[in-house]
Amino acid sequence: MSVGTPIPHDSAQLHVTGRARYVDDQPVPAGTLHLAFGLSSVAHGEITAIDLSAVRAAPGVVMVMQAADLPFANDVSPSAHDEPMLATGTVHYVGQPIFMVVAESHLAARKAAKLGKISYNERPALLTVDQALAANSRFEAGPVVWTKGDAASAIAAAPRVIEGTFDMGGQEHFYLESQAALALPQEGGMIIQSSTQHPTEIQHKVAEAIGMPMSAVRVEMRRMGGGFGGKESQGNALAVACAVAARATGRACKMRYDRDDDMVITGKRHDFQIKYRVGVTAEGRILGIDFLHLARCGWSQDLSLPVADRAMLHSDNAYNLDHVRIESHRLKTNTQSATAYRGFGGPQGMLGIERVMDHIAHALGRDATEVRKANFYRDAAASQPGGGRLPPAPPEDISEKKKGVQTTPYHMPVEDFILNGLVARLEATSDYQARQRAIAEWNAQNPILKKGIALTPVKFGISFTLTFLNQAGALVHVYQDGSIHLNHGGTEMGQGLNLKVAQVVAARFGVDVGLVAITATDTAKVPNTSATAASSGADLNGMAAQAAADTIRDRMAAHLAAEHQVQPSSVRFDGGRVIVAGEDLSFAEAAARCYQARVSLSSTGFYSTPKITWDRKAGRGRPFYYFAYGASVSEVVIDTLTGENRILRTDILHDAGDSLNPALDIGQVEGAYVQGAGWLTTEELVWDDKGRLRTHAPSTYKIPACSDRPRIFNVALYDGPNREETVYRSKAVGEPPFMHGISAFMALSAACAACGPQYPDLQAPATAEAVLKAVARARGQG
Amino acid sequence: MSDIAFLLNGTPIRVVGESPTRTLLDYLREVRGLKGTKEGCNEGDCGACTVMVTDEAGSRALNSCILFLPQLHGKAVRTVEGISGPAGQLHPVQQSMINHHGSQCGFCTPGFVVSMAVAHKDGATDHDDRLAGNLCRCTGYAPIIRAAEAAETAPVPGWMTEDLAKTGGGAAPFAPASSDALADWYLAHPGATLVAGATDVGLWVTKGLMELPEVAFLHACKDLQQIEKVPGGIRIGAGVTIQTLRSAIATSHPALAELLRRFASEQVRGAATIGGNIANGSPIGDAPPALIAIGARLHLRKGDARREIALEDFFIDYKKQDRSPGEFVEAVTIPDSAPDLACYKLTKRFDQDISAVCGCFNITIKGSKIESTRIAFGGMAGIPKRAAAVESALIGQVWGEAAIRAALPAFAEDFTPMSDMRASAAYRLETAQNMALRYFHERSGHRVSVLEVEA
Repeated sequence: MSVGTPIPHDSAQLHVTGRARYVDDQPVPAGTLHLAFGLSSVAHGEITAIDLSAVRAAPGVVMVMQAADLPFANDVSPSAHDEPMLATGTVHYVGQPIFMVVAESHLAARKAAKLGKISYNERPALLTVDQALAANSRFEAGPVVWTKGDAASAIAAAPRVIEGTFDMGGQEHFYLESQAALALPQEGGMIIQSSTQHPTEIQHKVAEAIGMPMSAVRVEMRRMGGGFGGKESQGNALAVACAVAARATGRACKMRYDRDDDMVITGKRHDFQIKYRVGVTAEGRILGIDFLHLARCGWSQDLSLPVADRAMLHSDNAYNLDHVRIESHRLKTNTQSATAYRGFGGPQGMLGIERVMDHIAHALGRDATEVRKANFYRDAAASQPGGGRLPPAPPEDISEKKKGVQTTPYHMPVEDFILNGLVARLEATSDYQARQRAIAEWNAQNPILKKGIALTPVKFGISFTLTFLNQAGALVHVYQDGSIHLNHGGTEMGQGLNLKVAQVVAARFGVDVGLVAITATDTAKVPNTSATAASSGADLNGMAAQAAADTIRDRMAAHLAAEHQVQPSSVRFDGGRVIVAGEDLSFAEAAARCYQARVSLSSTGFYSTPKITWDRKAGRGRPFYYFAYGASVSEVVIDTLTGENRILRTDILHDAGDSLNPALDIGQVEGAYVQGAGWLTTEELVWDDKGRLRTHAPSTYKIPACSDRPRIFNVALYDGPNREETVYRSKAVGEPPFMHGISAFMALSAACAACGPQYPDLQAPATAEAVLKAVARARGQG
Repeated sequence: MSDIAFLLNGTPIRVVGESPTRTLLDYLREVRGLKGTKEGCNEGDCGACTVMVTDEAGSRALNSCILFLPQLHGKAVRTVEGISGPAGQLHPVQQSMINHHGSQCGFCTPGFVVSMAVAHKDGATDHDDRLAGNLCRCTGYAPIIRAAEAAETAPVPGWMTEDLAKTGGGAAPFAPASSDALADWYLAHPGATLVAGATDVGLWVTKGLMELPEVAFLHACKDLQQIEKVPGGIRIGAGVTIQTLRSAIATSHPALAELLRRFASEQVRGAATIGGNIANGSPIGDAPPALIAIGARLHLRKGDARREIALEDFFIDYKKQDRSPGEFVEAVTIPDSAPDLACYKLTKRFDQDISAVCGCFNITIKGSKIESTRIAFGGMAGIPKRAAAVESALIGQVWGEAAIRAALPAFAEDFTPMSDMRASAAYRLETAQNMALRYFHERSGHRVSVLEVEA
């Protein structure tokens, strides 16, 4: 059985030998041209003059284009048509492309792109959420407000009210492969190779830009060198530029961003400011809570609305909030257009409520884990699939909780909650309470260094909140020699999606996964795909591929059964064999026999997620098919003289349902944790007062390095089937574990709190400097 | 222009007609079609372009994006394609990476594989240090380290041995063969750029897009690469790499060695030279504050004229050094030991990061009193700079926390640091002061380093 086994990534051998091809590695036709953008040097202003004579005269330059030279649409927005590929009149951020250079080499294009002379009439730039709010610079007419119950009254009546303001920084994706695209002009159209999570979007934008129907544009995507959301919409500009240049010159055109250009031009995770006001009982149970979210969206809308929505959708995380109000402002600033990034707003919303839990515990002098547990939703009954598997949930507090179904702040019933049981198991396996005591003793003996430990939960909603995106297609062929060709709409960015889907197809045919050929995502094979995003890749494409495989298998079974005059359901596909009425055929023999009998061995498959319905304006419905869960414990140490800090140990228990491939899933969890911890510790984006990003290269922007991973790093999967009928009862795993990084941040907060009596009010990212400030606040010196 | 000859994956090649500032990475990908070596950042910070370079001194993992072709003359280059055997056999680290799920997107993987293969060839097991210069965004590193550990005991495949005799040799192009030749040439070409490891000059080309019309490479000046015992100290040639220096002084100067462990990354330490780190004049280079704190003397040469100055006197102002046109750094001399030295490097990330503050303390106590002090900082001014006011506030005082605390206000006399993307001015000043307290606590036997704490 191929499903559920820890098979290494299908490309692992290609990766380690350097033979895995990315866009920039593809053989190209002779005469291929190379592109680079000339960028705005001011954050906001009108362009008063453009002198590109030196650009045109530079060695190797073939063509230079600005907005007026574009033949058709000048738009690379994935949403609101507010994002010209090349600036038209006004520039909106430092790094906005103004012109493009087409040259004989990548280096020639880069050099020439520096030679443009642009004059601006500079205007004041809005760089911060405070500035944008004051100027009422925003997307949508006003804030989005969702309510459940009556937060104001509940807070007013509460014994304790706690409030605060919390800033969390954004995050650069830092996919190791920067954005890249290649356009190959064809008779009557264009083939595009793009490092993209969203081939259909590339196809759509390219078609508009070259004035052709989508059918004339074919996008291929074999693999990305990392995506993390950064290649959901941010690759549009490169593909469009290449297509326009290829159309104009008749030559193949390639563009890849230099790393600094990539970081300066493309969007990042949204930074947020969250203000909170919460009324609690003396035990820390939340009675009412009011959140204000200020999201810095940058200059264009891009995906900011659903990102900010998802932040609101995760404002409860694992906690049952009866009276809640969430107000969200999507602020337009003169900075890079913030975009999708693993978690898609979920991490920001979740960090908001986890920060509240931390603050409540400190204010009440209670254990933070106990406060969290006191606010958990209750576990689904143990008799239900996916609910309360081992160990059993702790005894219910009947007096308070037996009041019918619990709902999220957006009125969705929480029916699959498992965190009471999951956290109990993690506390045991991580020896949490004993370590907590040991740390208190250690801190008493160490004046300079302080340790902290924290346990945080994750409940993450799975489905695109734009409901129509929850669909997928696949195409499967069985050849007469029994080999299988698999294609689906998802894209491979390292997560092992292709392997998971191949495992599913192999399981349906009862063959070894090696028999299933994995092929590049191709809009000519599977059309109208959704982005590989929202952790949905395996859920959607696995089901679509399963449907395609089942169609073929059922045809084969019907034919073979008819030959033997037995029921089709009696035909077995197992172990590479097809067994029908005592006849034992190899899969290849069965395929050949069906072929010779003129049975179609090719099928598409399609899937659309059931049960979901969502009104985003009202904040009501069931936006998610199900939730993925997990919890983590991090232990850290800080230096109270410098704020330097390290993660010492991490234990994670994560719910991947019945895992399709435990090795891939554990890989996702480990990698996501380190990336999430990086977001909240060393990864600091710094803009200066002119709106220039000062951290635009790995020399200044510090993602975790090897020694930053926890030295002790225990990751386990919480074994239990999804209660919903997902592919082999698995759960999505791409984004949810990212938020385990929050436990590292909360452990740092605990370490700071060990330095003095006050709440340390640690801000994110917890750089050494931020930690030192928090230590001072804890000591009452802040 | 003479040919550049080197071995590429075991095969001798000659490069003709390439610019001396053509990078190895571009050459591999664009001319040789070896696409396994990746460009991740083009500035030596991510390691995706790592290749193995072997010469008489052994094999090193280096960043090919900031290696210029002339630097490879007479050496052997092995890319990820050559880490596998001639018949496609997997190297043990490659097989181990597959077995332990060490690749996800795979883009960083070739660089990791090369770094791991070089470490494996050396029998090294300090994996975190060996891989500090390779960034991975997918895996969280845990499976990579598991892979590296699992491969430790496998034998080194025969194909990893290079036959340097096959390079074909000949004089190194663009490279004076001795410091005498360099002195003569540089006197005649005072506007030229001298390139040692190219870990900084490389970025002038790849990021600054500068043309360097006149360059001389220093790697052929073997006499600049010597470390020798001299009366009163150790003389370190300007061409000694940071890695070589780190090994050489590991026992005699453990605090300096630990600082150098955190100097950039394995790939940069293997290329960068001590002379380059000084001559460059950066206010945030890591070696100068430590060398100033131990009283290093700098040897400069112009033509046949030589002079020696205290290292701190070399740094005059931001980007301005006491070096005349045609003059170059020949060596630096340090004392035989520095038992009181402590070096504190403060960064956003522990490994492979540039100092926000680098504080180096060397305080001698005689009896109960502070007899002498040498305290120097990087990141606190436009140059690596001694803390003269702090030093004078300390000298003669009774050693203790009170003396340290009394000296703290003097930091503001010595330094007016700036705010930038690495740290604010206030944080720099506060932590510089706190480093003095850390020095006291460390000498008092208290635990002060988060790097030495376990769960």
